[in-house]
Amino acid sequence: MTKKIKNLNLNFGPQHPAAHGVLRLILELDGEVVEKADPHIGLLHRGTEKLIENKTYMQAVPYFDRLDYVAPMNQEHAFALAVEKILNIDVPIRAQFIRVMFCEIGRILSHILNVTTQALDVGALTPSLWGFEERETLMTFYERASGSRLHANYFRAGGVHQDLPAGLETDIAKFCETFPKIINDLENLLTDNRIFKQRNVDIGVVTKEDALDYSFSGVMIRGSGVPWDLRKSQPYDCYNQLDFKIPVGKNGDCYDRYLCRIEEMKESVKIIKQCLSKMEKGPIKTFDGKITPPSKKDIKQSMEALIHHFKLFTEGYRVPEDEIYTAVEAPKGEFGVYLISDGSSKPYKCKIRAPGFSHLQSMDYLIKGHMLADVPAVLGSLDIVFGEVDR
Amino acid sequence: MNNLIDLEKKINSELGTKINTSEIKHNQIYLEIDSEDLIDVVLFIKTNKDTKFRQLIDITVVDYPERSKRFKIVYLFLSHEFNQRMILSYNISENEVISSLTSIYPSANWMEREVFDMYGVSFKDHPDLRRILTDYGFEGHPLRKDFPLTGHTEVRYSEDQKKVVNEPVKLEQNYRNFDYESPWEGTKYIQELTESNDKKN
Repeated sequence: MTKKIKNLNLNFGPQHPAAHGVLRLILELDGEVVEKADPHIGLLHRGTEKLIENKTYMQAVPYFDRLDYVAPMNQEHAFALAVEKILNIDVPIRAQFIRVMFCEIGRILSHILNVTTQALDVGALTPSLWGFEERETLMTFYERASGSRLHANYFRAGGVHQDLPAGLETDIAKFCETFPKIINDLENLLTDNRIFKQRNVDIGVVTKEDALDYSFSGVMIRGSGVPWDLRKSQPYDCYNQLDFKIPVGKNGDCYDRYLCRIEEMKESVKIIKQCLSKMEKGPIKTFDGKITPPSKKDIKQSMEALIHHFKLFTEGYRVPEDEIYTAVEAPKGEFGVYLISDGSSKPYKCKIRAPGFSHLQSMDYLIKGHMLADVPAVLGSLDIVFGEVDR
Repeated sequence: MNNLIDLEKKINSELGTKINTSEIKHNQIYLEIDSEDLIDVVLFIKTNKDTKFRQLIDITVVDYPERSKRFKIVYLFLSHEFNQRMILSYNISENEVISSLTSIYPSANWMEREVFDMYGVSFKDHPDLRRILTDYGFEGHPLRKDFPLTGHTEVRYSEDQKKVVNEPVKLEQNYRNFDYESPWEGTKYIQELTESNDKKN
């Protein structure tokens, strides 16, 4: 007599600590081997793009913090650059350094979270405890510059909102001295760890060709040996004045991607140091009074400034008709904004290109033939944050 | 092709009549085609040794409700080899079905699902055209310009029925969209004022 064997369908999430958010993954299992994975996303969909169409350009910035909420300022950067390019305005050099510095802080924030939670997913508790302490320090830097730990709303078209407070630069410089030691500690815990290697080496291998076909970017494509980084290939702001390297993996597995992230953190520290040394006192916003609100002092003294302030915070500034796509190298990959302006003070269309969306799409391809226990490892190395996948 | 102008010439000479307009701005090349030429054009730009747009970055739609060809479909491409970006677009009317790119770029799968979900544009030969971002059982296409910002339904947990129920949206106060736009442009001298003040400080 023959027995009929049916594949088992398993619901992974939407409430699962290793799903990194609200992912519902429907897995078809043959024993312990995954035959098919069907991610259901959208549980965190808030209609960001629709909301932005109904807000002025200045009001749209905070929505970008809420996309990839572990590296908020990197997203704001893409939007600010898009608007700046359409308006054709120059950003003062100090503002460029401040923006790049905070983007690199964001990169470290994101990579610490990813590396340590990935370690947590495969069974190591300590890295996350050590790493989160550093994240807290970095978030206080965010807070001191922008007023909040996470939802910064700090970048503006034409610069940043405010200058850095006194003492912040020295504190960031101090952090740059102590942080490399923490990276070493994390590496001591993980890089040669037998269990960590068993769980990550040769898991979720992506070939060069497939990385291109599946629209991978960031660490996902560099882990497979493609030396591609928008900071180098299409430099924006002051990245062309800075000296840094692009770590590239070899095998395209979860372990190589982990190594890339560790190396990138070290490079980010270098970039922050260079920014601090090259930064000089100066303006932090463009002088164009039609885009930059007047200073508090001017408002008290000048009627014109008061009117401009009122107009900028009610109507907002108008952006001439244009169509543009700008992308930045966010910690997770290429984060892009496709913006259509129609001459009014609100965007006609703002499409957000989130790297996580195309990465998660390849889940079925990555996990097919792997064991159930590899699902969290692969998911962890994809570096998924649902704020940006669902938008 | 290392140079955008050469690339534009090359594409125009090779594809000839298939390209309606081409333009270079913001260091990117913008092409406009007809919807039926999509597959030919995309296959060319992906495989030709002088273009090599190997990566599809995103697919999106722009809705112009007042036009007879309502939707403008936009494809963003990236060529790693030559470090160039291309924006390809064409216009379609509301009920037109367009070709899917999933056989050429596997990553088009979710992008097209998103377009279908958000704008209601359908694709032929798509392997799995389901909604992706909106809720199970959602009706309507949220990113169309005629879809209200507040939506049509709201969900709540019903204590009586012991489940989450959908109800028509009830707002204490309607969403207010003020018209601040005015033709007044202000004066020019605020700019100099700020600069001179900054110098004093």
